[in-house]
Amino acid sequence: MDMIKFSRLERNCRQPVIDEMINYKMAVLGNCSTQHLAMAVKGYAYEMQIALDVFDADYDQIDVQILSTDSEFYDFAPEFTVLFMCSEKLYDSFVLMTQAEKHLFAETMLARIQKYWRVMSSNINTKIIQFTFAQIDEAVFGNYACKTEDSFLYQVRKLNYLLMQAALEYKDVFLFDLDRVQSLYGQETLMDPKMYYIAKLPISIKMLPEIARQIMQIVVAIKGKIKKCVICDLDNTLWGGVIGDDGIENIQIGELGLGHAFSDLQVWLKELKRRGIILAICSKNDEATAKQPFLSHPEMILRMEDISMFVANWDDKVSNIRSIQRTLNIGMDSIVFLDDNPFERNLVKSMIPEMTVPELPEDPSLYCSYLKKLNLFETASYSEEDAVRTKQYQEEAKRLSTEKEYSSYEEYLESLEMQAIAKPFDKLHYSRIAQLTQRSNQFNLCTGRYSEAEIEQLAKDDKHDTLYFCLKDRFGDYGLVCVAIMDEISGTEMLVQELLMSCRVLKRGMEEFVMDTIVAMARDKGFHTVKGRYVPTQKNAMVSDLYERMGFRNLDNNYFIADIEGYQYHKTYIIKEEDRVNE
Amino acid sequence: MSREALLKAVNEVFWDVFDDESLDIREETTAADVNGWDSLRHITLIENIEDRFDIRFTMLEVNGMKNVGEMLDIIAERARE
Repeated sequence: MDMIKFSRLERNCRQPVIDEMINYKMAVLGNCSTQHLAMAVKGYAYEMQIALDVFDADYDQIDVQILSTDSEFYDFAPEFTVLFMCSEKLYDSFVLMTQAEKHLFAETMLARIQKYWRVMSSNINTKIIQFTFAQIDEAVFGNYACKTEDSFLYQVRKLNYLLMQAALEYKDVFLFDLDRVQSLYGQETLMDPKMYYIAKLPISIKMLPEIARQIMQIVVAIKGKIKKCVICDLDNTLWGGVIGDDGIENIQIGELGLGHAFSDLQVWLKELKRRGIILAICSKNDEATAKQPFLSHPEMILRMEDISMFVANWDDKVSNIRSIQRTLNIGMDSIVFLDDNPFERNLVKSMIPEMTVPELPEDPSLYCSYLKKLNLFETASYSEEDAVRTKQYQEEAKRLSTEKEYSSYEEYLESLEMQAIAKPFDKLHYSRIAQLTQRSNQFNLCTGRYSEAEIEQLAKDDKHDTLYFCLKDRFGDYGLVCVAIMDEISGTEMLVQELLMSCRVLKRGMEEFVMDTIVAMARDKGFHTVKGRYVPTQKNAMVSDLYERMGFRNLDNNYFIADIEGYQYHKTYIIKEEDRVNE
Repeated sequence: MSREALLKAVNEVFWDVFDDESLDIREETTAADVNGWDSLRHITLIENIEDRFDIRFTMLEVNGMKNVGEMLDIIAERARE
């Protein structure tokens, strides 16, 4: 893996901010020197077209900055706060403790850290990126360190475990697992002792770019920029050999030849799929031949039901990838393309530069470790709905093929037997609602991003009204696909503060159904007008005229208004579930 | 590597670290002579020199070198080992 050099990141920090860049504010707080870390993160953000405004607190300022709420830190009010306490400094205080205190070291540290989290969260809205602790062995007990609570190693490991457990409860806390990085690269690479003694620098200059990269991956994941799909080649990528030449009995998968290396890649892809990553196949092959192993090879891990789109033909890969992307309706920058062939990789990379195309090693035994080290699938949330996504996309593909048989589109829509639920936010759905606000880019009128905690707050606030929508039809259940947040700005006017929808359910009357529901709700609550707002971004042009299409008047400045009395409700083929129950 | 070639190679590392290809480093050059050569940048410089010549400075050397000439002495000695 080619790592960017620290000197380049340092140079980036001196570059002027470019207009098109996105701006974020980040504070970096540590019990050690964090200047280089702050520079590395800022410099890495620059590589990603992000202008990071960094507040780097002076050496060992955590208590002063966090616990006294009139500090520069709260003045700065960062969107992200990196909290890095190095194990070396912890050890300095550990050795001064009595045996009884040592036994409670992990708990004591956790309580201190949780206090930081709580004070920060109750004063500003910031996402906390908390470093875990790199294990250091004080080498006093040898391997017996694992067997006594007196050892620092025992306490650091325990502390990391307690941190993970605590993070489950804090929605605004994200752990950056420094200890995982250390186990991947080794302690001697992660740390340069002389730099620690000279400059209190607990991470070597060599490793800072990688640390910065992963921190920025967490940042963009929180902002909703995540990988959603892997498009995979077949021959010599998913199995050894060429199916068209070697035949199904001779491809290497499982016990045959070097098959286990390929099996392990398939296992990994299958686990990603379980997490909600969509898998697609793009291969130069005859379709029937290419599908054979998925249908009948006893040792294949991946099966047809794991694959959302299967494209095998002799067209060029770039047009096939574009067609997969169009059908799945996701951004190119959310796709990873795996292919063993450097020619195909280069072609795809040059034609679709925003796509991620890993330089797979020549040796298939290295595929898995290489891909895992890239850490491409960072995420800031995970819910059960992610896990059924593959099924939903398969249903979409099925729907697209059914669509052709109907004489009119209306007739087709009617045949779908669509049913929707519209309800105010409830506890069960906070997580999915927050996730949708973080992920939706295209059908998203104002693109406000909300954490689970913020969603909960809105649900309980009586100045706001909230709605979520679920949709199903005879082909399947889409789950929660649309979110609306309304602000009661006056006794007579309701403002649609947020409106966003999953693109999977476009063009079937859902837009109309949602808008009608919002207006009807405003009517029932006694409002006279509903106001809507459109905040343009690079990705949401598709909804720039949504309000006008729905019959709202354009008020300039991207505000739109509808008088409830004169509002024309739309004809849709969607039945509201409670209406159906009442029949 | 001759002393002259070594100085040239070190100079190129300086260009990269200080982002300035007009820098003309000499044996007697000290931190005071180079714009931006503060304690933070010194660490980046050390890292890049170590990387370029595949050597490691000791803690005392990082803190003790008085000028570029002394840096060259250490590189020349390490590279010979």
